[in-house]
Amino acid sequence: MVSNYRGYRPPQGMVSWALHRLAGLGVLVFLLLHIVDIFAVGYGPEAFNELLFIYRHPVFRVGELILVAGLYYHALNGVRIILVDFWSQGWKYERQMFQAVIALFLLTFIPTALLMLRPLF
Amino acid sequence: MQVHLRIQRYNPEVDAKPYFAEYDVEVEPTDRVLDALNLVKWYHDGTLTYRRSCAHGVCGSDAMRINGRNRLACKLLIRDVGTNITIEPLIGFRIIRDLVVDMEPFFEAYKSVLPFLINDDPAPVGERLQSPEDRQRFDDTTKCILCACCTSSCPITWTNDEFVGPAAIVNAHRFIYDSRDQAAAERLAILNQKSGVWRCRTVFNCTEACPRGIQVTRAIEEVKRSLLTGDVS
Repeated sequence: MVSNYRGYRPPQGMVSWALHRLAGLGVLVFLLLHIVDIFAVGYGPEAFNELLFIYRHPVFRVGELILVAGLYYHALNGVRIILVDFWSQGWKYERQMFQAVIALFLLTFIPTALLMLRPLF
Repeated sequence: MQVHLRIQRYNPEVDAKPYFAEYDVEVEPTDRVLDALNLVKWYHDGTLTYRRSCAHGVCGSDAMRINGRNRLACKLLIRDVGTNITIEPLIGFRIIRDLVVDMEPFFEAYKSVLPFLINDDPAPVGERLQSPEDRQRFDDTTKCILCACCTSSCPITWTNDEFVGPAAIVNAHRFIYDSRDQAAAERLAILNQKSGVWRCRTVFNCTEACPRGIQVTRAIEEVKRSLLTGDVS
């Protein structure tokens, strides 16, 4: 199955779709982790606060950065997909909209990344 | 000029799994990839197996993966692919031998969307007339030659055997928006099923691959919107 995906030289649309799916799955995995840490609240505020050290760990902070990247891309490209689906001229501007998604992604992600990584330096 | 061909070979009676065979042939830049394949078959290795019929981009027999993308070997010029050419069979179908794949599931999907005119009115003496505007509505999707470039380029069809695929939807589109046809509702019901248009994730591989330049994803999106609004004009 995986060899099928490797066997086709991806056009731009396939790249956008693969990134969208990867980002979606990544966010889903984080959500499961998030449910586990929220579950700790059931053992009282002390237990929850004690667990928060995980979130301050540099490795986790980088993980969070990847999560934010996934969220931004998934959200922006999601708007592109909605336009392709519901706007009758969407198919015509599919490429330009992908370029806009990448531009907007960089515009929003770079400042966010700087803000998030600042405490590490 | 000399080109180097890497061609995926597989004879199920002899080979355990597909492998690549390499050939060097002398061609003109204005020759087509099909001419290079013919040179291999005629002068190097007569056992090389591939489909081709009209050799002019009309019959849709010689769809294959050329340098990783679905193309018709008879429409692609050597000068547009370079001197190193990798040729593989279409993805998502069972390989019968070398570049020949089993197209039966493809035609089953095609037949499932009722790709013929349905009109129960008494047939007129002459033609069923239609205004140029009404004809224009579905002009793009009349161009399909059923080569399977689109269906086999779609990542959804690689993992989902149920999905009817872009080609079947294109051919449903050709009749759904035909003012002479009366079975749009029936076809829309077929495409509204789990195996229908909703599996499309607007990857646009089909549009990129279509050797006839059909805006395949546009056609699929129009069918989706007709299902939502009930409007088939």
